[in-house]
Amino acid sequence: MPDFTKGEEKDIRDTIAWAQINGDVLRSLSKPRFAFWALFTFALCLFSIGVACEVYQWRRGLGVANFDNPHVWGLYISTFIFWIGMSHSGTLLSAILHIIHADWRKPIYRFAEAMTTFSLMTAGLFVLIHLGRLWKFYYSLPYPSERMLWPNFQSPLLWDAIAIFTYLTSSILFLYVGAIPDFAICRDNATGWRKHFYSMLSLGWMGTDRQWRSFRVTYLTIACFLIPLAVSVHSIVASDFAMSQQPGWHVTSFPPYFVAGALYSGCAAIITLFIVLRYTFRFEEYMTMPILDKVGRLTFAIAMVWTYLNFVEYASVWYGDDMYAKDLLIQKATGPYSPFWWGMNFCGSVVPLLLLSKSVRGSPTAMMIVSLLLNLGMWLERWMIVAPTFSHGYYPWTMDHDQWPGFVQWGIVLGSFGWFGLLFMLFCKLVPSVSMYEVKEMVYHRTLAQRHAREA
Amino acid sequence: MSTIRILGLFDDFDAAAHSIREVRDGHFPALKMDDVTIKSPIEHPDVEELLGDRPAPIRKYTFAGSILGGVLGFLFLASSQGNFFAQHKGGKPIIPLPPDLVLTYELLILGGVYITVLGFLICAGLPARMRSDLYNIKISEDQIGVMVKSDAHTVAEIKKIFERHHALSIAEEVIE
Repeated sequence: MPDFTKGEEKDIRDTIAWAQINGDVLRSLSKPRFAFWALFTFALCLFSIGVACEVYQWRRGLGVANFDNPHVWGLYISTFIFWIGMSHSGTLLSAILHIIHADWRKPIYRFAEAMTTFSLMTAGLFVLIHLGRLWKFYYSLPYPSERMLWPNFQSPLLWDAIAIFTYLTSSILFLYVGAIPDFAICRDNATGWRKHFYSMLSLGWMGTDRQWRSFRVTYLTIACFLIPLAVSVHSIVASDFAMSQQPGWHVTSFPPYFVAGALYSGCAAIITLFIVLRYTFRFEEYMTMPILDKVGRLTFAIAMVWTYLNFVEYASVWYGDDMYAKDLLIQKATGPYSPFWWGMNFCGSVVPLLLLSKSVRGSPTAMMIVSLLLNLGMWLERWMIVAPTFSHGYYPWTMDHDQWPGFVQWGIVLGSFGWFGLLFMLFCKLVPSVSMYEVKEMVYHRTLAQRHAREA
Repeated sequence: MSTIRILGLFDDFDAAAHSIREVRDGHFPALKMDDVTIKSPIEHPDVEELLGDRPAPIRKYTFAGSILGGVLGFLFLASSQGNFFAQHKGGKPIIPLPPDLVLTYELLILGGVYITVLGFLICAGLPARMRSDLYNIKISEDQIGVMVKSDAHTVAEIKKIFERHHALSIAEEVIE
């Protein structure tokens, strides 16, 4: 096997014909392979479990999920934060790496953007589900009503709603605008209902210089908006906790800690889906091992930032003057939650050290296992932020350490993964998951650079 | 005299660029460079050098959208806090600035993104109906199209230029 980590192998073969790029990617939209149906069925099963649990909870109340006072958030809000975090993958790959001209992102940013959108759509479900009586959701919307109530604009929960709405709609527009040239390619090669579908989506794009120029400026401008927006979204989610007085949550470093955690889990999820797509759609030509190597390095760097901020949080509590917060930290490390807390630290801070190894970064199987462990760590992190605080509060009656999520909570969490999987797989069959025009640009500019180098 | 559009397809950017330079340097009296259009699967790297500066004023839309989003957002929040539904605040400000600024920031971005996309659609001329015959699906694959609109005499000269630069195919349509 060639040692690509020494730079001997290119990110992408620069002799790929443009017509071949179209052909390879358009093939992924055609009749699914067995692997696709297997994954789809698995996702559908998970989703069905979630729906069944939600229906049961709807009919019987939140008690069946093992919620009581003070255990009011549980896995629903933990998983909400997890999915919001996953949504940062698209922003990182599409917006941040686009602005710094890291062109190796081009074959893989489209599915990362889709992840962003679908993660936010999944996260939004938990906001509804955790209310229990979700048919009364409209109570929380800001509109003049006969109840003479407005939502509390000073609450980070309302900031959250507005920030997530802004992020979701902006991400959808970013994904859509970025895919218009590819929809035109699909339109030019499709027949039947797909022809009409892609004709509508491509808006009559013909690749004129005027369209390309407007497109370039728009894409860059939205990318510039998305970066501060993504940071603000997760800072606000962190404020849901940090602006409360609960022990373990009232920590100044929570916003950057949450943002780093979000980028971290987003990167890990990119690795997972990278490998799944590479094999399901036979994208070995585009989702290459050198690109996976770069994502692995990026993940390692972000993992170390997260680890640092994690220790900052522990140090702030340990050396701070809040005895309840310190007591909670000791409880996390030694109490009934300790296996999960140590598991979080192991998966989040020790497992990424494997990414230092070239052989690990060069093995898709190893990278798959590492990425799943990293995401397990990131999910545990969110759970360890939410649950222990509710089980070890200020008053003795809140110190109930034996309260665990019921099967309904677990079922709905599993269902969310199924929902995300279904959305993502439908997306992969309707929208090119590799950006064809950007890969062409990548190939073209590299060929041009080589030609200039030869001429010089 | 009738106006004609001609589309020449080339198999790379170099051939297309050479033909555009020759068209430009030909100084045809009836030809305006604004009537020369490149159609390509990716953005032409030297488009500004070839066709001159054709500004896309999208950032003006962005600026207007951001200001509009921020101002209207703040007014919405402040008016809903200050209207007759105002909750009892117990001495706290009716319109609290710090949280309102957080929300205004979000709404500024919301307005900026939405109006930027609107500006993109306006500047790019989208959505457009594809009525013209002068589109070839090869343009979205791997060929570069150069389209010129002018009178019959000029178009005949341009056709010769396209042929000299080994255009893969040439198509014409009379538009008026």
